[in-house]
Amino acid sequence: MSVSDTTAPVPAAGEGRSLWQDAWRRLRRNKAAVLSALVLAVVILAAVFGPYVVPHAYDTVYSNYVRTPASLEPYPRADAIEPEIRAALRRARVDIASIAVADGVATVEVTSEREIDPRVTRYLERSDLFTNGAVQRLSDDRRSATLTADVQQFHFYLGTDGNGRDMLARILVATRVSLAIGILATAVALVIGVTYGAVAGYFGGKVDDVMMRIVDVLYSLPFIFFVIMLVVFFGRNFVLMFIAVGAIEWLDMARIVRGQTLALKRREFVQAAEALGVENAGILKRHIIPNTLGPVVIYMTLMVPRVIILESFLSFLGLGVQEPLTSLGVLIAEGARNIEGATWLLVYPAITLALVLFALNFLGDGLRDALDPKDR
Amino acid sequence: MLSYILRRFLGAIPTLFVIITASFFMMRAAPGGPFNLDRPLDPTVMANLNRVFHLDEPLFTQYLRYLRNLLAGDFGPSFIYRDFSVGDLFANGLPVSIQLGGGAIALALLVGVTAGVYAALRQNSFADYFVVATASIGTTIPTFVVAPILSLVFGVWLGWLPAGGWGDGAIANKILPIVTLALPQIAVIARLTRGATIEALRSDHVRTARAYGLPARSVVITHTLRASILPVISYLGPAAAALVTGSVVVETIFGIPGIGRFFVQSALNRDYTLVMGTVVVIAIFVVIFNLIVDLLYAWLDPRVRLD
Amino acid sequence: MTDPVLSVSGLDVRFATPDGDVHAVKGVSLQVARGETVAIVGESGSGKSQTMMAVMGLLASNGRVAGSARYRDQELVGLPLKRLNTIRGSRITMIFQEPMTSLDPLYRVGRQIAEPLIHHRGLGRRQARARVVELLRLVGIPEPERRVDSYPHELSGGQRQRVMIAMALACEPDVLIADEPTTALDVTIQAQILDLLADLKARLGMAIVFITHDLGIVRRFADRVYVMKSGEVVEEGPVGRLFAAPAHAYTRMLLAAEPTGRKEPPPDTAPVLLEGRNVKVGFRLGGGFLAGPPIEINAVDGVTVRLVRGQTIGIVGESGSGKSTLGRALLRLNHGTGQIRFEHHDISRADRREMRRYRRELQLVFQDPFGSLSPRLTVGQIITEGLLVHEPRLTRADRDRRAVEAMREVGLDPATRNRYPHEFSGGQRQRIAIARAIILKPKVVVLDEPTSALDRSVQKQIVDLLRDLQARHGLSYLFISHDLAVVRALADHILVMKAGRVVEEGPTDAIFDAPRHPYTQALMSAALGHATRPDTAHAAG
Repeated sequence: MSVSDTTAPVPAAGEGRSLWQDAWRRLRRNKAAVLSALVLAVVILAAVFGPYVVPHAYDTVYSNYVRTPASLEPYPRADAIEPEIRAALRRARVDIASIAVADGVATVEVTSEREIDPRVTRYLERSDLFTNGAVQRLSDDRRSATLTADVQQFHFYLGTDGNGRDMLARILVATRVSLAIGILATAVALVIGVTYGAVAGYFGGKVDDVMMRIVDVLYSLPFIFFVIMLVVFFGRNFVLMFIAVGAIEWLDMARIVRGQTLALKRREFVQAAEALGVENAGILKRHIIPNTLGPVVIYMTLMVPRVIILESFLSFLGLGVQEPLTSLGVLIAEGARNIEGATWLLVYPAITLALVLFALNFLGDGLRDALDPKDR
Repeated sequence: MLSYILRRFLGAIPTLFVIITASFFMMRAAPGGPFNLDRPLDPTVMANLNRVFHLDEPLFTQYLRYLRNLLAGDFGPSFIYRDFSVGDLFANGLPVSIQLGGGAIALALLVGVTAGVYAALRQNSFADYFVVATASIGTTIPTFVVAPILSLVFGVWLGWLPAGGWGDGAIANKILPIVTLALPQIAVIARLTRGATIEALRSDHVRTARAYGLPARSVVITHTLRASILPVISYLGPAAAALVTGSVVVETIFGIPGIGRFFVQSALNRDYTLVMGTVVVIAIFVVIFNLIVDLLYAWLDPRVRLD
Repeated sequence: MTDPVLSVSGLDVRFATPDGDVHAVKGVSLQVARGETVAIVGESGSGKSQTMMAVMGLLASNGRVAGSARYRDQELVGLPLKRLNTIRGSRITMIFQEPMTSLDPLYRVGRQIAEPLIHHRGLGRRQARARVVELLRLVGIPEPERRVDSYPHELSGGQRQRVMIAMALACEPDVLIADEPTTALDVTIQAQILDLLADLKARLGMAIVFITHDLGIVRRFADRVYVMKSGEVVEEGPVGRLFAAPAHAYTRMLLAAEPTGRKEPPPDTAPVLLEGRNVKVGFRLGGGFLAGPPIEINAVDGVTVRLVRGQTIGIVGESGSGKSTLGRALLRLNHGTGQIRFEHHDISRADRREMRRYRRELQLVFQDPFGSLSPRLTVGQIITEGLLVHEPRLTRADRDRRAVEAMREVGLDPATRNRYPHEFSGGQRQRIAIARAIILKPKVVVLDEPTSALDRSVQKQIVDLLRDLQARHGLSYLFISHDLAVVRALADHILVMKAGRVVEEGPTDAIFDAPRHPYTQALMSAALGHATRPDTAHAAG
């Protein structure tokens, strides 16, 4: 032990390992959490950029393709083309001798008792299935002709809904909406809850009593009532929707942060700071807030899925997002109504929702294990 | 004990009062009214209706009238179900919701606690992972997805059970709704029980029981089960209150005449009395179940005192 | 050793952890003869408890055992659970360190003591109850007929440990393993429990394996000693030989680790620095809506203290005596009343803002070196936090330089100042806490049990450091502790507190050599190993 020597050079300091770095290391070792994070990243990328990449817009209606099942093969199917041609040419008063489809081109031999008008191809083009109708050969007596038309091919990998809209595009947009609501509502809940809880917990006493009494009363108000009130007041508005959800979810956050703050206030390092004469702001900034972040982060990852389910539930009741915009809850509600005839309407949105919720839950569990190792 | 219960009910009165007052004025502040929704009514008819239902009085007078009637046990007439009073609607619907909710609570406790304890005893085994994963699925998949799937599989495809309807309370009609209601609760209870059991198994007094050569069965049943049920009981209070007051989703999908449907419909239709009635009934159930939870807790844990 | 009742040889215990295997016990061999008292001594982490846990089949689920542990002719390692359960709780029993948590809080103690009787001896409930009452009387629980129906939380710590002992004796075992049975108890209760064990052993004749870190207990209690260090037995032998002529360097270090030295009182001319007159601190219990008026309890009830420059006042007392609360009241960190003066200023009514300018001269060091350091700040930030408040003009480089100085002064490597508290050992953390206090160059430091959470050998280093700092900077200490050996080495003046009041006060030597108050006498005899009269062992607890 040397007597302090002010002229001694200040030695370089080695690097320490903070609790955050430790947590990060533990998180990376947790396979389920890493996998969940990857899945989540893919889903988020798909939700953000997917709608620009897929061939259909989420609100384009293909009236020929109402409730087509999911398929990797392009539509229309070969056996669907012939009836469509017959239907299209019915009004053209021609007899169809033969129909052949090859390489996306339909060739139709037609005969008629009268002269065939070359504009007959317009009947074909009137159908969504065909473009570039042309008369390839017209017999000299104009009584028979060979018509060709390009068959417009569509891919509906996940099928179409009851209005003939592409499910893939709709699911991607729905995921985007659901995630946005989940994240934004959580952010709203976070801001209100952390502030409220930290203030109540840190100041304690009467302030705390009154503030927590208010929370208790809000808790015992039936939650649906609250949401319905908000919907009744503000109408069915996308932005207000998640503000409303966030405004409800903050209660739990406030309780957690208050509990943490109360516990921290009793910890010796906070008392030590008080004994040093550190002012309130310094204690909150250096000692309270950094130590409440762990539980808050954990709770956040678990809140996002809760909010998504909540939004789905409200959409299921018809109180949420409005057409043509959609969310996973809306899609699932539609799917549930059509479950007997068109299972894909329920299956794919449900899988997407489950995937997102699973990933978030496992990530949350992983974070809890990483940030709070004594719980293992 | 009796005086404690009495004190608890007295203590709940201010809370109930605040809830009733807040909901009353919030509901009234909402735009629109019960008679001007779909197609506009003739102004004179409207005025008559408003007079009959006292909607033309000052709001505060209406509020006092409502409180007075409520104290006399009168919830008032429903605005939408014109032939029924709100009291009648509850008298018909509440027993249905309570039967389903009660069944779901019993089922959830039975299956959830068993699965949780089993998983905890075999921590990190295949059975444990299976329970944890299933519980995750149970908590993440919403009821409105589960309900139609169950209805389709067991009602339509397999034809084992009615796909919906109440059937005057036949047991077969209750099974699917009860299972649907119970599934998410089973998941939560299994998780809670598992966590609490693992903690109890690690505790010093279980180590004592082991050190004294007590057989494994007695270690589990005597020294861990009680401790692991405690958090489940805390959780069940509010959850049970929500279950017995009906579920919109389950009642809509299975076509069941409970009271869960009233809330959404009545609020959207501005059926003021029905909304208020539902709020009051739910709040009373919350109070009752919280009390039951505290009594149970004190009974199971001698360290807890009732005062 | 002709007929060992318990014989361990080549015992190995490993724990699988995410950071790799931990080899906790390395080839330990030991024998316990019939009716013998064997002590296993070591500091925390030496593997002394895990050795016996392995014998009893009580290791945590990630633990693995190899080697042999025999009870008479029966090998215990690898014995099927059913067979093992016929031995443990019946032939070999165990009591634990934590009397607060070792009993199931949800069941009456009578039922818990009866469980092994019913299970091993096949007694009926009624017979078992009669035997339980008899056992409770044997271990000195007053009113056993009534106490048999108590829940654990209705008993004091000492009574719970007595209940555990009753449970251990229920089936008249051959071996009783006592794992630090008195560590969590106050000194006077400790002495009673030790006397009880000695008395019961004399009457019943079982062998006792005593696991402890406390050499004082070993000297009084044991026939033979095994000294353990990092999972190995480094020395063994009869108590007399081992204390007289320790062979291993580690044993010698342990024996020398009892704090020594005396503090000279300051000269009579030294000025008064901190003075508290008639200090009271009350707490409210209960109360609230419909629950009646709250009960007011005085944790500190009219205490007067005078601390002069260069003095160290030791405040001793058992848990709940109000000694820590008094320390905080003198620093105005709680809502105490009474007159408090620092130098020439009356600070009794100073608010938080006014107190701030005195704070740098009045510092505090806590007991728990784990809880008193903010886990998310670096050590450098922790040490210099006071400078942010009291010398806000300092640049970051200045603060860094001051941190380096302070760390050198308390014997820490300054290169570690960017590390976080969890990367340091208990003793190092306490040095960090001391550095945080002295960086402000205070005049008074309140030390609230600063050595209680540390191993003896580390305690001694911290005591030396505190003494060194006092000499160098002319500090005055208020030293709060229940550990009389440490107080004796550091303090020149002593206050003995009980239930919020000072029962005796005087110079250290006078208090230690000729205690006047019966409570002080009990405290001294319990802590320093004088024989206690048997009747006091049954009086309280």
